Amino acid sequence: MIIATGNHAVSYGVRAARAEVIAAYPITPQTQIIEKLAELIQSGEMRAKYIRVESEHSAMSACIGAEACGARTFTATSSHGLAYMSEMVFWAGMGRFPIVMAVVNRTLAPPWSIWNEHTDMLAQRDSGWIMMMCGSAQEAHDTTVMAYRIAEDERVLQPVMFGLDAFSLSHTAENLELIDQEVADGFLPPLNPESLPVYMDPDNPVTFGNLLGPDKMMEFRHLIKEAFGRAKGVIEEAAKDLSNATGRKQHGLIEDYRSSDAEVVILAMGASSGDCKDAVDILRDEGIKAGMVRVKTIRPFPGEEIASSVRGAKAVAIVDRDYSYGFGGIIGREAASYLSKKPLNYIAGIGGRDITVEDFRKIAEDALASAERGELGIEKWWGMRGFEG
Amino acid sequence: MITLKDLPVEEYYLPGNAACSGCASALSTRIALKILGPKTIVVIPACCASVIQGYYPKSPSKVPIMNTAFAATAATASGIVAGLEVKGRKGITVMGWAGDGGTADIGIQALSGAAERNEDFIYICYDNEAYMNTGTQSSSATPRGAKTTTAVMGKGERKKDVPEIMIAHDLPYVATACAAYPLDFAEKVSKAMKLKGLKYIHLLSPCPPGWRFPTEKMVEVGKAAVMTGAWILYEWEGGKYTLTGPSKGLIDKAKRRPLKEYLAMQGRFSKIPEAEVEALQRDVDSKWEAMKKKLGA
Amino acid sequence: MNKAKTGRAKVALSKPSEGASGLTGLWRLRRPVIDPAKCTKCHLCWLYCPEGAIARGADGAVWMIYEYCKGCGICSEVCPSKSISLVKEG
Repeated sequence: MIIATGNHAVSYGVRAARAEVIAAYPITPQTQIIEKLAELIQSGEMRAKYIRVESEHSAMSACIGAEACGARTFTATSSHGLAYMSEMVFWAGMGRFPIVMAVVNRTLAPPWSIWNEHTDMLAQRDSGWIMMMCGSAQEAHDTTVMAYRIAEDERVLQPVMFGLDAFSLSHTAENLELIDQEVADGFLPPLNPESLPVYMDPDNPVTFGNLLGPDKMMEFRHLIKEAFGRAKGVIEEAAKDLSNATGRKQHGLIEDYRSSDAEVVILAMGASSGDCKDAVDILRDEGIKAGMVRVKTIRPFPGEEIASSVRGAKAVAIVDRDYSYGFGGIIGREAASYLSKKPLNYIAGIGGRDITVEDFRKIAEDALASAERGELGIEKWWGMRGFEG
Repeated sequence: MITLKDLPVEEYYLPGNAACSGCASALSTRIALKILGPKTIVVIPACCASVIQGYYPKSPSKVPIMNTAFAATAATASGIVAGLEVKGRKGITVMGWAGDGGTADIGIQALSGAAERNEDFIYICYDNEAYMNTGTQSSSATPRGAKTTTAVMGKGERKKDVPEIMIAHDLPYVATACAAYPLDFAEKVSKAMKLKGLKYIHLLSPCPPGWRFPTEKMVEVGKAAVMTGAWILYEWEGGKYTLTGPSKGLIDKAKRRPLKEYLAMQGRFSKIPEAEVEALQRDVDSKWEAMKKKLGA
Repeated sequence: MNKAKTGRAKVALSKPSEGASGLTGLWRLRRPVIDPAKCTKCHLCWLYCPEGAIARGADGAVWMIYEYCKGCGICSEVCPSKSISLVKEG
């Protein structure tokens, strides 16, 4: 057991996964991840090549190039870096390069903000990446290793990005149990170049990425769709195997907390889910049957799993720390399309504002009261303060 | 010196590709790959060379090609070099092959980054002096006076000097070349192949449709670019400039043909005002004066 | 390599092929014709052909691969012995 920040937890996960090429560019609040990796490599504690690229666009381009030569790759970024990288994020997704990336979730400017919000990552949700969101430093560490297993699984072969909230997760030190190298090696076999969709080999020359006409594009895109269909099972399998290997409960698609008999279920995501669980416990003590479902995997979207977990609830309160302007809370809207009863969508924590235990408690009560009044399918911006004072 | 006899008969870039008739880039790809041979991985961004490959499921290339996004040639190549290194895959040459837009404009950041890190690959910019793949829009490598679809009266600004920018990165090797002199180009590719680090070659590629001249004149136009002094063939290695090919004999202005002969061969300079021609000639002359100083001549 | 276990490609990968863009000789408006009597076998036409559509025999003889020759005419221009003429197609 050590004490480490969420960022360093990721770095140690990358070491345990034996990533071979790391290309990254600094950005607050992600920088600690790559600083620690650079330190581990330079001190000889980790065998990898570090490419000190000049931008996030180049970071992903370099990962794509290295992955195409059979190397296990890693990068990390945040908000603006991810937005700047976006073209290559799609390139990696559509090209099926099983790269792993950590995203420290931060608000996109303007105005400048370094605090947490999930819109940065969710804006990449159609890029062909498997997307996960962590709830603790421990989970960030474990998910790093799990991400490679999922990405490189021959049934999947898609890149994986996972998020961790700026500061509340990235910079908060927690107790951390490191995955033993032996355990990691048993869980994660070396990358098999023969399984890679794209492998640059002069002895078997192929051209990757030249023009593809409308006659075949749909078929290749459909292969990606099918991979995402299989990914759900692979994610659950990886979570189960890593649970057994580490003795720690790992979550794959969702985390279900006391929701089986709940009349109100909060759907949460990311670091604030810890506070949400506390609120659930308090409500239960007060006699209100509350529960939480945490979205661990965003793509493939665990719609059926969420629907199944909240089936018996009178009210479902979906808390979004993100927003799609002109549409609504992103997770709220996506989850709603799977639910038979309309949920309530709470937009909270935008720009890094705290979502406290008390907020979650009040949200649950508000959702229950709304449901009793028959007011469902409503979006509420939680805790608005006005501009004066 | 590389002679015609040194070039293998085997083609690594096969006929029946989608290049325009008389394409200097297609010719130069052919030549470069004859030197580099089959143990090569080529990185190509969005440019004419991406279109030349034609449609899936076929490719004219007998060496692997990694197509990448417009700005990403040098970064993708950096990743390939790193991947080969960590996997212990030796004896493979990595070449970036990008147009002037992908080099001088959108790709210069990644190129500069890779150059500063001195990544071990060859970067060749085939410079047809505009965005030809999309139909002749101006790039920063378009010369002053040339008409493009975004400069219908002729571009007002001078051509960006990318080889000099690359020299400022203190690379192991920088050279200019011209598609009209394939053996001079081959020699430079061969030299670059033997050196470690980032080697940069800037290849002038006369473009029949974009520069508006008949396809059969591609070599003649390219030679005129060199013989008028508009394009100087040189190498830079270890801080030292060396003129190559016909440029060696052109230090003396009297030996250079008047620039207007080169301009007159191309529709993109049609109806260019006489004052503009004189200004362009002065640009050429001052470039040579600067080169003389660099040569210590 | 590059195949899933099902034997099916996972992404679009193109294989080396002559005529990747079809019989590009159909683009040709003018046909280069070599006069073997005048040809000195210097191979400059072969060197300069952008298409690689000029073949060389063991005896040094050259001939056009008309399936792919796009008829640019560069061979005719660079030929020092003027042994390649351009003849209008069709």
